[in-house]
Amino acid sequence: MPIWLRVLGYAALAAAVIALPHFVGSFTIAEFTYVAVYALALFGLNILTGITGQISLGQGAFMLIGAYTTGILSAHHGWPQLLTVPAAALVAGIAGFLFGFPALRLAGVYLALATFALAVIVPSIATAFDFTGGSSGILLALPTSPFTGQRIHVLGVGVTMPTVGADTWLYYVSWGIAAVGLVVAFWFVRGKRGRALRAIMENELAATASGVSLSRYKTLAFGVSAAYAGAAGALFGILSFIVTPGLIPVTTSILLLAGLVVGGARSFLGAIIGAIFVELIQVYSADVLGPVVNAAQQVGLPIGDVDKATPGVPSVVYGVILLVVLFLMPRGAAGLFSRIAGLTRRVV
Amino acid sequence: MLTLAFSSSHFFQTVAFGLAIGAVYASLALAIVLIYRTTHVVNFAQGEMATFTTYIAWTLTANHGWSFWPAFFATIAIAFVLGAATERVIIRPFERGDPLTLILVTIALFVIFNGLIQWIWGPDQKFFPGAFSGTFTIRGVTIAHQDVGVVAVTLATVVVLWLFFRFTKMGLAMRAAAIAPVASRLMGVRVGWMYAAGWGFAASLGAVSGMMVAPVVQLNPSMMQSILVYSFAAAVFGGIESPLGAVVGGLALGLLTTLLGAYVSWIGVDLQLPVAFTVLIAVLLIRPAGLLGRHVVKRV
Amino acid sequence: MAPLLELRGVQARYGPIVALHDVSLTVGEGEVVALLGANGAGKTTTLRAISGLVAKTGEVVYAGSDVRRASPERMARLGLAHVPEGRGLFPELTVWENLRMGAYVRRDRGGVKADLERAVQHFPWILERRHQHAATLSGGEQQMLAVARALVARPKLLMLDEPSLGLAPLVTQELFRVVHELNEQEGLTVLVVEQNAQIALTVSHRAYVLEVGRVAVEGSSAELREHEGVRRSYLGY
Repeated sequence: MPIWLRVLGYAALAAAVIALPHFVGSFTIAEFTYVAVYALALFGLNILTGITGQISLGQGAFMLIGAYTTGILSAHHGWPQLLTVPAAALVAGIAGFLFGFPALRLAGVYLALATFALAVIVPSIATAFDFTGGSSGILLALPTSPFTGQRIHVLGVGVTMPTVGADTWLYYVSWGIAAVGLVVAFWFVRGKRGRALRAIMENELAATASGVSLSRYKTLAFGVSAAYAGAAGALFGILSFIVTPGLIPVTTSILLLAGLVVGGARSFLGAIIGAIFVELIQVYSADVLGPVVNAAQQVGLPIGDVDKATPGVPSVVYGVILLVVLFLMPRGAAGLFSRIAGLTRRVV
Repeated sequence: MLTLAFSSSHFFQTVAFGLAIGAVYASLALAIVLIYRTTHVVNFAQGEMATFTTYIAWTLTANHGWSFWPAFFATIAIAFVLGAATERVIIRPFERGDPLTLILVTIALFVIFNGLIQWIWGPDQKFFPGAFSGTFTIRGVTIAHQDVGVVAVTLATVVVLWLFFRFTKMGLAMRAAAIAPVASRLMGVRVGWMYAAGWGFAASLGAVSGMMVAPVVQLNPSMMQSILVYSFAAAVFGGIESPLGAVVGGLALGLLTTLLGAYVSWIGVDLQLPVAFTVLIAVLLIRPAGLLGRHVVKRV
Repeated sequence: MAPLLELRGVQARYGPIVALHDVSLTVGEGEVVALLGANGAGKTTTLRAISGLVAKTGEVVYAGSDVRRASPERMARLGLAHVPEGRGLFPELTVWENLRMGAYVRRDRGGVKADLERAVQHFPWILERRHQHAATLSGGEQQMLAVARALVARPKLLMLDEPSLGLAPLVTQELFRVVHELNEQEGLTVLVVEQNAQIALTVSHRAYVLEVGRVAVEGSSAELREHEGVRRSYLGY
């Protein structure tokens, strides 16, 4: 895709993001705030899975770590909520980096297993300890906007601040953070480092032969990817007002990977598309399924009506969509990720 | 840190419970190994399929008034059909493709089954009857029938399967189809149906696993998610192609984590899973072919 | 009498590569027919086309039915036994289990039992080593096991792909002696692909020589044996 088209695309996207709250109501603003959060998580996952080729079913685990960091720092230590975001990114990033070491020697199915296990385990670690609030979790203060129409004095001049609702404030903050994350991501995968990462995905053996240090770049990829997840998790916690072990279940990790597949891995624009998919699926799958259910009912099948509140429906819908996408992809998932390295077993 | 008050009665009860939960891990691990041996797929959805079939058993007992054992056997049969159908309808189109796609397909199945469970039965916990009630006492130690029963049922299932594969014509054909599909076709074996049967048996094993564990952890949609982690650990313990390794690994892991949970106070109940996870990672790192498996060299 | 197997104008390809351009041959009941030719001539592909492992165009008629689209499983049920290149054994199964797999298509337990006994008669070592894993057998033993397994199916047509490959001369002779005996005494029909034209021509009634996916020469084995020109150009001796 030519550069100018890409720049145009991003410019259009930026314009849409900035303009949106003026045209839609509060619920939609919240939806698209979550899109920014998922986009952040997917930027990280893209770096790890789409570019370095390390399959991860555990992005949600690092999000949860980030969310708990936010919970502990803001509720237990009085930090301002938004300031916890970089801290959460740091904590999650370190965790990811450390996980990268054992992950060095895992590939393909085994890496998928290990990251899946991580996604299942982090919630149970959170349940086990008191400082994480056990199974009840940590309650957060309701987020507030700093712009409440108050009057302040700047250089002796009286200025009336605009009134911005909390939801709109969070929307712009989240997208702001996502934008920063996007720029950082572009910088991160550029040049020598980006080539090294891509080389690892293509063929680890060849990469090593050309002098790429697998240990350095893989752990780095895990760490950076986890940092993005941590930031996303922090925002997620703030938006949810509470951090519990069940806040980010295994299915969220899977949904993120599915979003990457559906949106198109390897490109950050694809990550944003994936994020839109991840959010919309959760909200609108009942509507998608509605006509199907009606048809089934008319044929006489004993299926009850579905609405937004019916649990499980989003999962069924995106699971089926994922199957369809996998089926239709001309070279399978491998074509998408271009030969994710290491599906054969490793030598000890 | 170690609980120094050691009561032998408590110890044997803990051992009994540990073996029972280990048997649950073992049967799901065996299901994973079975599918891997026949179709070379690691089925991430194994646990969710097991949960789904356990909910079917629940429906039979709770909504239709069946007693436990008829529901048990009916569910095993239903699970077989479900597993075989899943293989034929959903897995088969992807069989020729690359392994990564297959992994993602089974992950999609995970999500679909999980969603179906919540959709059909709702997210709340349900009471599932135990197969065995009451206790018996040996030398002052009181042991639950359920614990012994779970181990017995699981071992019986494993033995029946072993007999099937070892001594029947179809069992032999299934093994042959897994070893050399093309040569099997030349002998007249419908390899595709053998794969379907492999998935069927695995689903039945999963159903057994689910029905044995549901009374303990209460039936809920994410019931098998953490058990899947334990079972993966057990499956890779012996090398993902070893049925014996899966059974031994499952029992050992159940025993180990339960004993650690009971006697090392900081582990308790919640950290058993992370401990198992550490075991899983350690095994994968030290001996990727598993402690009992063959050494596999990466082809360049 | 109609031949047991007839190929007319058969074409087969592997992707873009055409392996068989136009192969026509017949195998009559009770005959031993040899399929000869150099490496890459298409001999193995011809057998794979007959047993349904390779898609093809043209006519393939077996026991009176059109089997052009038949699957390998169906061909096995129709009484075709194909011992492929590489023998197609199940290495992790025991000798006896391999043998039992040969009888997969059969329904008559009594007949199978009798045939298993006969297999043991032809290759007595099988009985002693029956619990051994097939992978641990020597090359010659594996080949004999593969043939024994095919015989347990009581096939109408036995197809052998390069049975002498990697075998010591004495073992090869023994193998062909058994094949010859089965043909003479029980009327077993055999189609054998061979690099070793010499021994193939002593055992067979008729032979075809393939070259680059086509039949170059055909005739009775006696004629081909005598004809020095054919032997030099096509058969390498």
